Amino acid sequence: MISILKRSLLYILAIVLLLFTGYPFIYMISTALKSQPQFYEAPFSLFTSFNLENVQLVFEMGLTRYFTNSVLITVLSVLAVMLFASMASYPLSRMKFKFRGVVYLLFIAGMMLPIHATLIPIFKLTQSMGLYDSLWALLGPYIAFSLPISVFILTQFMAEIPKSLEEAAELDGASHFSIFGRVILPMVTPALMTVLIYNFIHLWNEFVFALVLISTSERMTLPLGLQNFKGEFSVNIPGLMTALTLASIPVLLIYLFSQEKVTTGLAGGAVKE
Amino acid sequence: MTTDITLIDSMESKETKSKSKISRQKLRKTITISLFIAPAFIVYSLYVIYPILATLNYSFFDWDGVSDKVFIGLDNYITMFNDDIFWVSLKNNIWIVFASVFIQIPLGLVMALLLFAPIRGIRLFNGVYFIPFLMSTVAVGILWRLMYDPINGAINQGINLLGFENIAWLSEQNIAIFSVLMVIVWQFSPFYMILFKAGIVGISEEMYEAAEIDGANYFQKFMKITLPLLAPTIVTSSILAIVGSLKSFDLFYIMTGGGPNHGTEILGTYMYKQAFVNYNMGYGSAVAFIMFALALVVVVIIQSLDHYRKKKGDYL
Repeated sequence: MISILKRSLLYILAIVLLLFTGYPFIYMISTALKSQPQFYEAPFSLFTSFNLENVQLVFEMGLTRYFTNSVLITVLSVLAVMLFASMASYPLSRMKFKFRGVVYLLFIAGMMLPIHATLIPIFKLTQSMGLYDSLWALLGPYIAFSLPISVFILTQFMAEIPKSLEEAAELDGASHFSIFGRVILPMVTPALMTVLIYNFIHLWNEFVFALVLISTSERMTLPLGLQNFKGEFSVNIPGLMTALTLASIPVLLIYLFSQEKVTTGLAGGAVKE
Repeated sequence: MTTDITLIDSMESKETKSKSKISRQKLRKTITISLFIAPAFIVYSLYVIYPILATLNYSFFDWDGVSDKVFIGLDNYITMFNDDIFWVSLKNNIWIVFASVFIQIPLGLVMALLLFAPIRGIRLFNGVYFIPFLMSTVAVGILWRLMYDPINGAINQGINLLGFENIAWLSEQNIAIFSVLMVIVWQFSPFYMILFKAGIVGISEEMYEAAEIDGANYFQKFMKITLPLLAPTIVTSSILAIVGSLKSFDLFYIMTGGGPNHGTEILGTYMYKQAFVNYNMGYGSAVAFIMFALALVVVVIIQSLDHYRKKKGDYL
């Protein structure tokens, strides 16, 4: 008897939390599928209609452009981060040299840094490089601010690779570059995947740098474009919700296909401490 | 004699040879290491290290970002310490920390514990609980603005059904900050859930079995085993909450823009407004540098506490 009572209390708690976390999301999708009059008639009702004309509308309003920009800058930044971070992590985790501790600490400290402390100089720097208001303005900041967590994750993984593998390759006369490429990198593929997913999700959703460094609508990334839509769609709420839903799809798809990877990845830095 | 000299000679030359070999090897090693680290280090120096120093430098000037800088010493900091809005912003940042430590982290813990409870549908619960954390903060902000809408919003419609009056969630100065904090709780609790999940997995099953043999009930097991063993995770979470508070910006910018009447102003939005709306780049830099300094102080304090704790060999 008591265990049934206990169990039902657990279910009630779990379902309350399910509604709390899930309802806004359901509301967003349900509203996206309504037409404007339907929304104003019954904003509260769930899944009463299945109207896809908003999808076409938001694409016509420039969502395609934002999407392309976001894909381009996110993919490029993530690839660069994976390369740079794994290169830097190799000597940081497997070689002894002066200043190793300092360099490592300098990289890691970036995780705790409020971005605002760098905004004005980065803004000026971007202007002086002639990159202001172009998509490329984001590349440098995106790579730089993804490095700390990536170096952290990769050095942890690389440090665990047994020394003997490397020594065997060294006896065969392999250079550090080929050891890195042929021995180390293949061993840390899981960590590289974590780095990829973590940074993809973060950069896909990044807002502050885009806000400060880009002003023309055509060069905006998705989060900035959504913010732009907020003004243009102040009346057409279902249209706005359609844009939000579509913008969330890539990340949700990644989550759907690699749930464990995403959760451990997103918590990766903190968990491994 | 001659043979002796040649012997010494050859020994010396051998030594210098091997020395130069070693130093050449050393040089090659240094070059290799530098080549591996260089790409990351150059980008990082340019976009992280240099900007922090530049922010400190700018904070001593009166500057609109375009015309010449005028050196004014510590005036920006003096203005800031007499600036009521700065203190309101700092207070709101502290509110975020409180909301995180006292609501988000416990809620994350409850979610994580539920995922280990003897109930069905764990995968569904796990999957849905995590979704808020995946959405972009911009999307979350826009979505919740609609939910909070005084007329068409789902929340007011809901409380109307229950017979309550409409509430101006985001435009009432004293309520707005709590409305935004609520969204922060909604979005970031899943993050702590994941941290606790990892912590709980690490606790060995044997401890619970031993406690069961001793006749401990669920509550006792939680208080005596789970909670103490999760203490490091709770500490980590709290650090992340404090630092996260200094990083927050997007939700406030999207939902209220710091308004009404600075009711939801935080350091991030205030710095942004000063620098990029009013073009007070010097003053903005001063606010920005204080944000950096606060983060640094927090990290240093916590690191040294951690060091002290490890020395004592005590993890609580």
